Amino acid sequence: MVQPFIRLEHINHQYSGGNKALVDINLSLSAEEFTVLIGPSGAGKSTLMRVLNGLVRPTSGTVWIENVPITVVPERTVRLERRRIGMVFQQFNLVRRLSALENVLLGRLGFMPTWQSTLKRYSRADRELAMGLLERVGLADHAWQRADTLSGGQQQRVGIARALAQQPRLILADEPISALDPKSAEGVMDLLRDIQERDGIAVIANLHFLETVREYAARVIALKKGAVVFDGRLEELTEAVTRELYYGEKAAQPQYASQASELNVALESR
Amino acid sequence: MAAISNKPVSTEPPASVHARRRWTLVMWIGIAAVFYWSTFGTELSLHRLLLGLGESWRYLFGSPDRPGSGFFPPDFSRLPVYLDQMLLTVKMAIWGTGAAVVMAIPLSFLAASNTSPHPVIYQITRRILDLMRGLNEFVLALIFVAAVGLGPFPGIIALAVHTAGILAKLFAEGIEGVDHGQLEAVRAAGSTRFQIFTHGVWPQIVPHVISMSLYRFESNVRAATVLGLVGAGGIGFYITEAIRGFDNRAACAILIVILASVFLVDFLGAKIRERLT
Ligand SMILES: Nc1ncnc2c1ncn2[C@@H]1O[C@H](COP(=O)(O)OP(=O)(O)OP(=O)(O)O)[C@@H](O)[C@H]1O
Ligand SMILES: [Mg+2]
Repeated sequence: MVQPFIRLEHINHQYSGGNKALVDINLSLSAEEFTVLIGPSGAGKSTLMRVLNGLVRPTSGTVWIENVPITVVPERTVRLERRRIGMVFQQFNLVRRLSALENVLLGRLGFMPTWQSTLKRYSRADRELAMGLLERVGLADHAWQRADTLSGGQQQRVGIARALAQQPRLILADEPISALDPKSAEGVMDLLRDIQERDGIAVIANLHFLETVREYAARVIALKKGAVVFDGRLEELTEAVTRELYYGEKAAQPQYASQASELNVALESR
Repeated sequence: MAAISNKPVSTEPPASVHARRRWTLVMWIGIAAVFYWSTFGTELSLHRLLLGLGESWRYLFGSPDRPGSGFFPPDFSRLPVYLDQMLLTVKMAIWGTGAAVVMAIPLSFLAASNTSPHPVIYQITRRILDLMRGLNEFVLALIFVAAVGLGPFPGIIALAVHTAGILAKLFAEGIEGVDHGQLEAVRAAGSTRFQIFTHGVWPQIVPHVISMSLYRFESNVRAATVLGLVGAGGIGFYITEAIRGFDNRAACAILIVILASVFLVDFLGAKIRERLT
């Protein structure tokens, strides 16, 4: 067993004035497998991802990144650790008025002195890295195009290149394909799988379609009402588990039986 | 489906509607009272308005028994001086606005609720901006002339201080309207707070910053034309001089120069702002 990159111990989180978003989460994550996070809307998936890179400080519990307990160290130290964790977003979140290349270079900001980044003096190595990454995601020809003029699928691939520019140990992908058409979605998922397999970068993706989950996941973690209700290999994820996850007790009643078999359809319309 | 009932429908509005109507009435009475109160001491009178119209006409076009006492035809004999002074006035507006933009950018960062490092800093900055905006450029010019002496320089400082207050507030509103997703992405890459501003906030507000700065520049050209009245440089001094010396035809020429310049600046500004969007 490889030393886990991230460890969560007894994580609880409650937004100010809100419900409990995370309840006693204990997890270890390493770079060996493609991990998929599932769970109904509001289960706390996005919150968990932001706890993993320190964007959200949990109310209690400890997050270890390698050997740094990022929940107790000052924000400055959290930022340094965060540099090795890339993040991919549902709405891509590219800086719209910058070019694709400049967006990829954003991934280098954390490693640059302030004066250099302010003057946009990216090193030759950084520029070559960014250009190479754009080539890898198939967008070398679009390097100088403004980000908001790219198609959704192209924007997400720039988003992935930006995460890769951080030369990360881990990539968090929060619903990376929810805003994409099926073909672009497949391209993005293949790219993420390739990154995990070839570069040995851990990928945690939060997905809504069980079909996609079954195609890409090695390990599945299911959240419900802020708690981990399933954590295991894909093969162990039975229909009973998913039915319980999304439909709760109701699934046991006969009139929902047919619905359960059309789970993917139902999820798609959500 | 329920059957349509025969119960008579009441058109009587609920009590809350009555209460609202009462408030509307109270509000109108209040407004009328404020206007009535404001007539005292302001010497409002329709009679004087009509008389004044006649006098103004005679002042503008000259009294028949004193030929040449009106504003027309304008006297352009000192046009080169007026143009030179108008250019100086525009230069004052350029530096006043430029210095204001430079001050307003860091201030707006502190005065925007989503980028301010601390609520206390936010509040303090907002109050400072209120002060800067609260005194108009003319009043500020009076103070700075007293402090640093006559000339365009105190005029520029006055414009800069007042405009910085206005622009910082406008920029801060722009910052508060940025898309947070883009900021979160820059932050998630491990950027510092300052880098989030330079690479996440700044690209989003650039068009807003340019557009607002141009708009304030146009407005500052107009404001700078009166600063000369208090000795703070520019063409305003020549207007006072002409009117005090009853040289109305020269005053008319100056006013035409001012109007032409203001129209030109507004036109160019509008053209540039159009390009931005
Ligand atoms: N910034 C916030 N402030 C307050 N409450 C929040 C905030 N973000 C999320 N929540 C609440 O925390 C809970 C978990 O939200 P979260 O976004 O993590 O769920 P999710 O599993 O990602 O859902 P979805 O699939 O809809 O994206 C929800 O009840 C949500 O309303
Ligand atoms: Mg979410």
